[in-house]
Amino acid sequence: MIVFDIKRYAINDGPGIRTTIFLKGCPLRCVWCHNPESWRPEPEFLFKRKKCIGCNCCGVHPYQLDYIRKKNVELRIKDECPTLALEMCGREWSVEDLLEEIEKERDVMMESGGGVTISGGEPLMQMNNERVNGERCDSLLVLLRELGQRGFHRVVDTTLHAPMEVVQEVAAETDLFLVDLKVMDAEKHKHYTGVSNERILSNLRLLAGLGVSFQIRVPLIEGINADEENIEETARFIDELVTLPSSLKGVALLPYHDAGRDKHARRGTSYNPSGIGMCTPSDAVIQRCINQFAAHGIDTIVGG
Amino acid sequence: MNFTIKNPANEGGMNERIKRLRQENFDTPTTLSIERALIETEFYKQYYGTMPIAVLRARNFYEICKKKTIYIGKDELIVGERGPVPKAVPTFPELTCHSVEDLHTLDTRELQSYHISQEDIDTYEREVIPYWAGKTQRERIFNHVSKEWEEAYHAGVFTEFMEQRAAGHTAMDGKMYHEGLLDVKARIESKIKSLDFIYDPEATDKQQELEAMAISCEAAILFAERHAELAEQLASKETDPQRQKELLKIASVCHHVPAHAPRDLWEAIQMYWFVHLGTVTELNGWDSMNPGHLDQHLFPFYQKGLEEGTLTRDKAKELISCLWIKFNNQPAPPKVGITALESGTYNDFTNINIGGVDREGNSAANEISYMILEIQEELHELQPGLSIHIAENTPDDFLLAGIKVIRQGHGYPSVFNPDTYVKEMTRAGKTLEDAREGGCSGCIEVGAFGKEAYLLTGYLNTPKILEITLNNGIDPETGKKLGLETGNPCDFKSFEDLYEAWHKQMVYFVNLKLSVNNYIERMFSLYAPATFLSLYIDDCIEKGKDYYSGGARYNTTYIQCTGLGTITDCFTTLKKHVFEDKKYPMEKILEACKNNWENEEVMRQYIRNHTPFFGNDDKYADDIAVRVYDDLVKAIEGRPNTRGGQTHLNMLSTTCHNYFGSVCGATPNGRFAHFAISDGTSPAHGSDSHGPTAVIKSLGKLDQTKSGGTLLNVRFVPALLRREEDMCKLGHLIRTYFRHGGHHIQFNIVDTATLLDAQQHPDQYRDLLVRVAGYSDYFNDMTEQLQNEIIARTENEEV
Repeated sequence: MIVFDIKRYAINDGPGIRTTIFLKGCPLRCVWCHNPESWRPEPEFLFKRKKCIGCNCCGVHPYQLDYIRKKNVELRIKDECPTLALEMCGREWSVEDLLEEIEKERDVMMESGGGVTISGGEPLMQMNNERVNGERCDSLLVLLRELGQRGFHRVVDTTLHAPMEVVQEVAAETDLFLVDLKVMDAEKHKHYTGVSNERILSNLRLLAGLGVSFQIRVPLIEGINADEENIEETARFIDELVTLPSSLKGVALLPYHDAGRDKHARRGTSYNPSGIGMCTPSDAVIQRCINQFAAHGIDTIVGG
Repeated sequence: MNFTIKNPANEGGMNERIKRLRQENFDTPTTLSIERALIETEFYKQYYGTMPIAVLRARNFYEICKKKTIYIGKDELIVGERGPVPKAVPTFPELTCHSVEDLHTLDTRELQSYHISQEDIDTYEREVIPYWAGKTQRERIFNHVSKEWEEAYHAGVFTEFMEQRAAGHTAMDGKMYHEGLLDVKARIESKIKSLDFIYDPEATDKQQELEAMAISCEAAILFAERHAELAEQLASKETDPQRQKELLKIASVCHHVPAHAPRDLWEAIQMYWFVHLGTVTELNGWDSMNPGHLDQHLFPFYQKGLEEGTLTRDKAKELISCLWIKFNNQPAPPKVGITALESGTYNDFTNINIGGVDREGNSAANEISYMILEIQEELHELQPGLSIHIAENTPDDFLLAGIKVIRQGHGYPSVFNPDTYVKEMTRAGKTLEDAREGGCSGCIEVGAFGKEAYLLTGYLNTPKILEITLNNGIDPETGKKLGLETGNPCDFKSFEDLYEAWHKQMVYFVNLKLSVNNYIERMFSLYAPATFLSLYIDDCIEKGKDYYSGGARYNTTYIQCTGLGTITDCFTTLKKHVFEDKKYPMEKILEACKNNWENEEVMRQYIRNHTPFFGNDDKYADDIAVRVYDDLVKAIEGRPNTRGGQTHLNMLSTTCHNYFGSVCGATPNGRFAHFAISDGTSPAHGSDSHGPTAVIKSLGKLDQTKSGGTLLNVRFVPALLRREEDMCKLGHLIRTYFRHGGHHIQFNIVDTATLLDAQQHPDQYRDLLVRVAGYSDYFNDMTEQLQNEIIARTENEEV
């Protein structure tokens, strides 16, 4: 698995104190994404211009870097960057190494009722249908299975944009899903994220039917999805889900911020190139959304 | 218990009296009072040499209690000041005598100034200064020390606490609430009667000490009686019948305590306050004095008052709030010389311990503990300091209540772990019960409250010792040869050679410091016995010996080691890049340090970003930290002191890591010259990058029970503590650290933007309190260097 970040003391990615593993690769291209470095499945270089002191240890001029990235040429650098201005984002981690890293936090996880969150990118993209003797042995599944056996609480933070059988396989080894529900209108969803939401919605129904716990997370962006109509539709969809056997662990509203801007700069891409109007929702808008959900009897929290 | 922070404007917050007293306290300027020095000088001129020193000290104390100006402020319920008025600080010329120049500096300097009139300066110059020339403790010490000691001291290899203040660092147990001074005096008198002048060769010394103790009892009773008289006078003139009633109650309280054991909450608080004032009038101990487990001491009086219907919760809260104002009315006596460099502001570090365990090991948090949290939050003053004590059996809701106050960002309470410090104390020979009754006095150091004389003698600058090692015994800052010749580091073949050289130097400097510690202890025993404090520390009366002469049940001498994070990072840098990867030769790093990394930013950056540093749960670095720590323990621990006890280590830094940094050139870990070194046992600034759980895991690898206290600062931005759920998670973090043997953790809850703004607009942030090291201080009162350091401390911000 290509991991691009491991965050300890993660307190917004599920219950308790958690370690969150960020896996690289995502099929969506949400314009507001604050982790665009997670998009490509393979490792890539990030460049923080502000940190660069021009020492040329890397042997690559910053302008060359843009060129190299555009042409997709393999980047060869002479020496490690002293300031970490130029840093490899993502590297292969074995399941064993990840387990070792996770075990470091066992005590605080057990004390706090926390555990491990697999995030991304889109973690389900790691499921490549690897099999041994007919049994699936994708690293992600192996990791989740092992975590389960060791008593860790497992959260998968996903878009659910994945084949149905993948969702089923992963659900069997997951204690709680955090599922993004971005925009209800299929056309708009495609416009803002690059993919239709049909698969996502049907997977959500599937998940709900399986009886697995899940939390719905709505990235709240004025200009995209914070309008009354979309929130109403979201709430109605959730109404439908809660009739299924699964347990909904609330709805979290995640107010938008433009942290992605800086990240794009680091990878030499531009943030929101078509200039779609996006704003952080005002307190009034957030309150209105909360009220809308409340009218459907749905409890919301703000923040993860 | 559902604990919520109340808005002071709402019901349940400060009442009108407390608001007025608090405002008055803020508005009162800090002044220097020469009254104590004048009374004392007059007394010494007449009587020095005519009586045994213990009796002289006790009679001197009596004289001050008899003559000093008595103050009772309007609105006050708890009475008594150290100086003639609130925030007036006396001087102690018998320890260190301020020069005219010192007084001028203190009057006019930019940081907290101590105002003094020209007239008073003239009087001081005429009446006080000439008499004490050559007779102060400071002079006795500096006339005694070797050239090696003096040079190392001036270069900042170590400091010496007792060169201008008495030792202090003492907290009280509960005996004053059960025994009045008349009872104590009776006990002393019967002890004198039982002395054996035939078979006990120390009987004469004991008699003198005991007689002096008896005089000290009388002195404190007289002091209280004078307050009673003044209260009666004021009452006779008072037109407001409500206030008149209060004044008469004050008079009755002061007639009763400290002569007799207190009967109600009011008397209990006043009892403590008189004892506190006695100890800080007699001498100016570091950390002044501390009531210890105040919640445990006051609770029975509170409960009784409620049961009898003589007390309400609001009244109890008002009385305790009055005590809080009193603590804040007591700035510490200002220092002179090199010690003044260490800390720009002075307060007496009174650290109230709440929660924790009782003598039997049961959880001790009670209603008063919660009330004290409320008061601390509402008043948010500089003093007293507050710590919550979280043992395995402390209820979660008490921890959460404490975190809610931490969340407010005033820098307290700090959090201590009785399960660890009880082990620290039993390991050092205290009984389990005495250890449980102990706690932390000023900053993080442990002691058996009411039973121990634990003298903190000064800080040791461990990175400075490495700097000297890397220069083969020479201090590059002063150019003097301070240490041993342990070889040219460029010739070292392995990391072991380097470590061995540092170890030799470290042992040399520890021994140099210890050789003088014992002398200083004797000087206090011979010239400045604390005959009043000795009344309250077991077993001084029983043994007939002073606090400074081994009278206490336990007698510890501490050296505080500073800079564990910095020195560990220096070692990992050299180990990895010089000896293992051979990326940089030793010469190149030493040259860069000499030139303060000028033109070597690339190398510096490489080191900063590609070296395993302490505080990241990284075995490579943590193993070295453990080794350094264990070797410091071995070097310091177990030497006999002059009082029948032993030396121990603790890992406190207060603000000394700034001073130590300022005398230390650039270091191999990429630290620039004169920048602060790491504080306590915290990671060096900017070294920890894996979040707070990694920090506590690294710290958990040190066997903290071998110390007399460690210190961990963790900075949290408020964003991490928005919801109650987040605060619970902080609680889990604390619990986990403590399960790993952590002694102490404290949090600075402030965001950088606020601090930067505060730097730009000091006037708008006059009450901005931040946690410095072992205590909280006003941000505005700090030096720019210290402010910058607070800002630079790693933010554990998510995103």
